[in-house]
Amino acid sequence: MNKIRLIILREYLTRVKKKSFIIMTILGPLLIAGIIIIRFYIAQMEGETRLVGIVDESGLYADKFQNTDNINFRILNVDIESAKKILGNEGFYAILHIPKTELSMPQSAVVYSDKQPNIVVTGYIRNTLRKEIENLKLQASGIDPDVLASIKTSVNLFTVKIKESGEEKEGSTELSMIVGLFSGIFIYFFIFMYGTQVMRGVIEEKTSRIIEVIISSVKPFQLLIGKIIGLAMVGLTQFAIWIILSFSIVTIFLYSFAGDIEDYNSSQFKIQNKSIEMLGTPEINAPSADVNESVIAVYDSIKSINFGVIIMSFLFFFISGYLIYSALFAAIGSASDVETDTQQFILPITLPLIFSMVISFFLIENPDGQAAFWLSIFPLTSPVVMMIRIPFGVPYFDLYLSMALMVLGFLGATWLAAKIYRTGILMYGKKITYKELWKWIRYN
Amino acid sequence: MNALFEAQNITKQFAGHKALDSVSIIISKQSIFGLLGPNGAGKTTLIRIINQILAPDSGNLFFNNQKLKPDDIYKIGYLPEERGLYKKMKVGEQAVYLAQLKGLTKQDAIKKLRIWFEKFEIQPWWNKRIEELSKGMQQKVQFIVTVIHEPELLIFDEPFSGFDPINVNLLKDEILDLKTKGATIIFSTHNMASVEELCDQIALINKSKKILEGKVVDIKNNYKSNTFEITCDEVKKDIGQVLGKKFEVIENIQVDGYLKAKIRIRKGVDQNKLLEELIPICTIRSFNEILPSVNDIFISAVNETNKKNQPANE
Repeated sequence: MNKIRLIILREYLTRVKKKSFIIMTILGPLLIAGIIIIRFYIAQMEGETRLVGIVDESGLYADKFQNTDNINFRILNVDIESAKKILGNEGFYAILHIPKTELSMPQSAVVYSDKQPNIVVTGYIRNTLRKEIENLKLQASGIDPDVLASIKTSVNLFTVKIKESGEEKEGSTELSMIVGLFSGIFIYFFIFMYGTQVMRGVIEEKTSRIIEVIISSVKPFQLLIGKIIGLAMVGLTQFAIWIILSFSIVTIFLYSFAGDIEDYNSSQFKIQNKSIEMLGTPEINAPSADVNESVIAVYDSIKSINFGVIIMSFLFFFISGYLIYSALFAAIGSASDVETDTQQFILPITLPLIFSMVISFFLIENPDGQAAFWLSIFPLTSPVVMMIRIPFGVPYFDLYLSMALMVLGFLGATWLAAKIYRTGILMYGKKITYKELWKWIRYN
Repeated sequence: MNALFEAQNITKQFAGHKALDSVSIIISKQSIFGLLGPNGAGKTTLIRIINQILAPDSGNLFFNNQKLKPDDIYKIGYLPEERGLYKKMKVGEQAVYLAQLKGLTKQDAIKKLRIWFEKFEIQPWWNKRIEELSKGMQQKVQFIVTVIHEPELLIFDEPFSGFDPINVNLLKDEILDLKTKGATIIFSTHNMASVEELCDQIALINKSKKILEGKVVDIKNNYKSNTFEITCDEVKKDIGQVLGKKFEVIENIQVDGYLKAKIRIRKGVDQNKLLEELIPICTIRSFNEILPSVNDIFISAVNETNKKNQPANE
């Protein structure tokens, strides 16, 4: 036990002290924080009011442009040439030119600006013009726009699960999808990044020929387990630092650049709104008055997800999935002299993992189907697939069966890997075939 | 004789072939035991079994007259033929790690390592990475980590490879020093000259079987052909005729007024008889028994068993 601790410590410390680790660990949060800060900036910039001058030769649209929080419109009663000259002076951000057309339906409005105009501004102008032109067209064909508006309906769909006990539960499909996919992707990447690291570590010990020195002091199995645990801790350290650092950078940034606290609060609210939009709630286009209501709806659906179960099973599938795969990766490493040798063995092992990630995007539409069930109990695909299913609510039978098979799978994979490993690490200069591996497994 | 290590009828079968076939060896305390044999004979397998890296299919192993147990690896130091260190790790850090794996505490390891590093004059390397060291330097570090926990049994597999002659001598002195301090050493090499120099006992393994074992002196006596080399002043007569049938003159050279001859004594004849015959006819300058070198014994013993086995194989 003491030796495993020594091995874990070495695996951990040598990697954590590496330059590449330190750089990656610092760059990661900077990147994440950068993205969040940029989003914040964009939100800030939208807060700026822009003045747009309108030169409307058709005379039909000028008064239809209503001022918004961010854009003010002013009708200019001059011709376009002189209007262009005012641009830049008097605080004009852009000039909108609507030329006179025969059909009173301008297809060729022009926005003049001294910089590339903001997409929010052009988008708003385009929308307003489109709406007005549509109205004109409707009128031309004799349809009352008010009638049409009364026909348009917005539907908020809530799902309510009725349990056997009769208890009703509100749920949000979108949120479940996000939570499921996010945990699945996280597990997928962690297994890939750190499983292959385990493999490289084994190959390094082989090529540097230290392996025989080590296994004259410890059992190969202890070395294998120590390496796997040590690397898992490296990964967890990195992720923990990423989360903490990103969070601190964003917080510090918001405090120091967002002005007084009130501003900070409002910007926080904006960010919340943003993230809610990101979550894909059905109310993205809801008028602002409905925002609070929709926020409450989202929070309700967040509450509806059983986070206790999700977090516990995430930890379980995350750890057991990593253990199964890294044991197999270690076995591959032990059967190879250099990394290029690993290709032939890597594919059959990574295939189920990649497959489970790809199929998840389809399974998420039918998380209770037959395919989802079988894939979520097969140990090589269940870490990802089960995490996709869980947020939608999984029968306890499925969950426990999957966990039991996961434990069995882990024992099987380690047993298999240990057999290959202890023979493989002492083999040099031999191209290993599957037949050879089979011999090692049967051999005592 | 007090045995430190004993292997009884060790057999090890690999998927394709038999690596060891009922091999037994006894290694006495505080001696240097040469484990010899051609490539692929099974030496490394036997060494790995002693180190408990591999388990034998059958046979018993005893350490200090008790069955070999897992904890005994703390009392064994092993320098494998295929050896190396973590290239990216610092020398001192790595040596401390390996010493800890052999059961030393961190403080003990550092204290002992400092002494050894001084002895080998490599203190400045403590904070260098292994990959920055020359091959010879790496070998020195490797040797130190093998002996650092002061094991009772040391196993050196080709310890001199990669060393220059000066360092080979340094290492030989260290090995002999370890022996005087009480260590028992298993020494496996293809360098027969160093076997003659260092070993008290040898065992020769060929094609997974032990074909020869014993004290180096005894083996040499068994393989000697009772041949003597004589140098004396010029003899006018033909010594072949003078000596008669009890002796066989193999070589007879006259150079610069000296006679050099190699003479084999027939079985059962005392070597003093040869002197008795020679004294009347010449003045003897030197009289030596020609003993076979370990190298000769190795070659003839291996060839002999190979010949014996051949008809059986076909």
